Amino acid sequence: MYSRHTWVGSVARHLLLLLAIAFAVFPFLWVLSASFNATDSMQFQKLIPPTPTVSHYQELFGERYKFGIWLWNSVKISLITSTFVVALTALAAYSFSRFRFKGRRVGLLGLLLVQMFPQMLAVVALYVLLLTMGQFFPFAGMNTHTGLILIYLGGAMGFNTWLMKGYFDTIPRSLEESAKVDGATPFQAFVKIILPLVRPILATIFVLTFISIYSDFLIASVVLRTADQQTIPVGLRVLISDQYGSRWAVFAAGAVISALPFLGVFIVAQRYLVSGLTRGGVKE
Amino acid sequence: MRDSFVLRNSLKILGLGLLCALAIYAASSLFVSGSYLLAALPLISAGIITYIFLSKRRYPIRWLVPGLLFLFVMVLYPIGYTFLGSLTNLGTGHMLSKGQAIEQLVGRTYAPPGAERYAYTAFRNPAGEFVFLLQGRDTVLVVGGEGETITLPDARVVDEDGDGQPDRALDAHRLEVREIIALLPTLQEVRIVYAGVTLGIDSLTEFRVQMSKYAYDETTETMTDLENGTAYTAVQGIFTSAAGEEIYPGYRVWIGFTNYVRLVSSSAISGPFARVFAWTIAFAVLSVLLSFTLGLGLAILLNDPHLRARTIYRVLVILPYAIPSFMTILVWRGMLNQNFGVLNQMLMSMFGAGARVPWLTDPWVAKAACILVNLWLGYPYMMIVALGALQSIPHELYEASHVDGASRWQQFRKITLPMLLMPLAPLLIGSFAFNFNNFNLIYLLTGGTPPVPGTQTPAGATDILLTYTYRLSFEGQRGNQLGLACAVSVVIFLVIATISAINFRMTGTLEELSKNV
Repeated sequence: MYSRHTWVGSVARHLLLLLAIAFAVFPFLWVLSASFNATDSMQFQKLIPPTPTVSHYQELFGERYKFGIWLWNSVKISLITSTFVVALTALAAYSFSRFRFKGRRVGLLGLLLVQMFPQMLAVVALYVLLLTMGQFFPFAGMNTHTGLILIYLGGAMGFNTWLMKGYFDTIPRSLEESAKVDGATPFQAFVKIILPLVRPILATIFVLTFISIYSDFLIASVVLRTADQQTIPVGLRVLISDQYGSRWAVFAAGAVISALPFLGVFIVAQRYLVSGLTRGGVKE
Repeated sequence: MRDSFVLRNSLKILGLGLLCALAIYAASSLFVSGSYLLAALPLISAGIITYIFLSKRRYPIRWLVPGLLFLFVMVLYPIGYTFLGSLTNLGTGHMLSKGQAIEQLVGRTYAPPGAERYAYTAFRNPAGEFVFLLQGRDTVLVVGGEGETITLPDARVVDEDGDGQPDRALDAHRLEVREIIALLPTLQEVRIVYAGVTLGIDSLTEFRVQMSKYAYDETTETMTDLENGTAYTAVQGIFTSAAGEEIYPGYRVWIGFTNYVRLVSSSAISGPFARVFAWTIAFAVLSVLLSFTLGLGLAILLNDPHLRARTIYRVLVILPYAIPSFMTILVWRGMLNQNFGVLNQMLMSMFGAGARVPWLTDPWVAKAACILVNLWLGYPYMMIVALGALQSIPHELYEASHVDGASRWQQFRKITLPMLLMPLAPLLIGSFAFNFNNFNLIYLLTGGTPPVPGTQTPAGATDILLTYTYRLSFEGQRGNQLGLACAVSVVIFLVIATISAINFRMTGTLEELSKNV
C-alpha cells in the first residue's frame, strides 16, 4: 500500500500531521501557559507568558481553595477502590478459571450481561439507597467516602473478571497442583504462587479502575455534597463555575496538577498494560 | 497443621457470627422504621453467605461472595429499584413511604391561640440530660419530661453569683443563649407534660402549650386538621382537602405506566423528550463516525514505513487520551467561551469583530461544539485500534492487487476498509454505546444548555438522555421528578440492551463464549 514519497507528497503528509498535532496539543499548551501567566483572566492571556509566575499554584494550595483536600480525596478514593476491585476480581476470576461448579457458565454470562448496564443509569436508586443506608450506618451514607467507594465496588466485577479469567487460564495448573501436594490450601496456593505470576493483569485492572474512578463526575457529584468531601472533578467544576474572567489561571493550575496522578499511573503501568491486555485477550 | 486448621475454622465461625449479628441489627432497624421488604434483604443475604461458607460443595462460590455481594447491592438492586421506581411518583415531596408520611404529620403540633406561655431557663447536667425551670402562671421545675410546681427560692435551684438568675439546678448548669441556639433542633423535640397539657418550645425564650395538629383515621384514610376541622383524603400520594389544598410531605404510590405515558403523550414533556432522544442518537453516531474517520486517516498516515519521525508524531497525537477527560472538557469550555475564549479571540483577530462565534450559546453551534470536542477526545482511541488492525492485514493482498493494477483508492475501498471493519465493528458499536451515555462530555461542556424556552422539564438543546435524567433527578426547578427520571433511565436501558444484542448477534460473542467458558 505504501510507496516512496515524492517530495510534494512528503511535504503534504508532514503538513497534515503538523495540523493534527496542533489540534491535539493546543489545549494542553494553552492551559499550561495559563497556569504560569500573571493575569487571572483568560482574556489577557498570552501563549508565552511575558512574566511567568507560580503564584497561581501557591494560591491553589492556599487558604481560599480546598484544592489540596480534593486532590487527597480523589487519590485516596481511587487508590482504595482500585485495590479492592483488584482483590475482588482476582478472587472471582480464580474461581471461574480453576474450579468447575454448578452455575459457573450462567455466572460468567450473567456478568457479561450485567456489564451492559452502566451503574450511572441507576443513579436515582443509588441516591435513595445511600440515603437509607445513612440512617443506620452514618459512616456509609450520603456525603461520605465510604458510601461512594461501596457504590464503586459494585461495578468491580463484569468486564474485569472476564479479562482476568482469560489471563488466569494461560497459567498452567500444574504449578498449584505441586503446591497442593506439599500441603498448601487452595488459598495459600493462590496467594503464594498464582498472584505473583499474574502481576501484569493485576496492574492492568488496577490502572483501568484508577483511571475511571479518578475521572468519575456523575456519581461523585450526587454523593459528595460538601466542599470538604468532594473530589477533583466535582471541585474543579465548582471552582471555575463560569468565572473564566477571574479564576481562569487558578483553574488552569488545578487542571495541570490534577492531570499528574493520572499521567503518573499511566506511565508507570504502561509496560504492564500492553502485555496484560494482549495476553488476557488471546485465547489459547 | 492441625492447630492452623482449628484456628482457621474458629476464625471462620467468628466471622460468620459477626456477619449474622450485623445483618440482624440492620434488619431489625429497617423493620422498626417500616421498610419490611428491605429488612428481609440483609437476613437473606447473611443466610446465603453462611450456607456457602459452611457447605463443602459450595466451596468455589466462596471466592465469588465478596464481589457478588457488591454486585447485588450496588448494581442489581439499583437496577431493580429503577424499574420499580419508574412506576411510582417518587420525587420531591413524595420521598417517604405512606407510613412514614403519616407518622410525620401526626407528630406535628400547633400552639392554640391564647395558650399558656412559660418563660424558661434551660440547664444541662454532665450526662447531657436537660432540666428546665419554667416561669408562668406557676413556677415549675422539670426533670425528665414531667413538671412539678415549686416556689422560688428552692434549695435545688441555686443562684450562685446573686444576679437574680439561677445558675444551677440539681447537678445541671445553665445553658447560655448561644448554646441554646446550637441545641435548638434537639430542644424542639422536648415535650413536657404538666397539669394535663403538653408543652413545647415555641421561641428562643418561651415554652407554650402544644396540641396535636393532625389525626389520622385508618378506616376512612382521612387526615383531619384538628385546628380547623378540615378533612384531607389521600389522593395520588398526597393528603388533599375538598378545596384542593395539599399537605406536605406526601408519599410514594404506584402510578402504573403514567410516567411512560407522559413521555410519549403529555405535550409539555413528550416534545422535549423526543428532541433529546433524537439528539442523543445523532450525537453518538456522529461522534463515532467522525472520530473513526480522523483516527483511521491518521493511522494510515502513521503506519507508513517511509514516514520520518513517526514515533514523535504518534506520541503527540495520542496525547488527548493520556489526560483525564473531565479536565480537558472544562478547558475546552473555557477556550470556547464567547467573550474571552481563545478561539474567538483568534478568529476575531483574523476576520474582525464579526467573527464572534456563539460556541456554547446558540443551540446548533453548541451541538457542533459538543461533537468537535468529542472528536478531539475520541480519535486517539480510534487511531490506536486502527493502527493495530492495519498491521494485521496481510501484506500480500496489497502486492497482489498492485500487480492487477488496482489504484490506491481501490485498495483502500476493497481491502483496507473491509479488513478493518471486521475486527473493529464491535469496538465501534461499543464506542456508540459509550457516547450514548457520555455524561461527562455534555454535562461539563455545556451542562445541557442553551435552555429551550417553554419546556416543563429541564431539557436543553444539547442534553442527551443521561444528562436529562440527571437534571430531572437533581436539578429540577419545580422539584425533582425522580419517578420520571427512572422511566427515562429504563428507556436508556432498553436502547443499550438492543445495541448490545445486535453487537452479540453480529459477532457471535455469546455462542462462542458459551462454548469456550
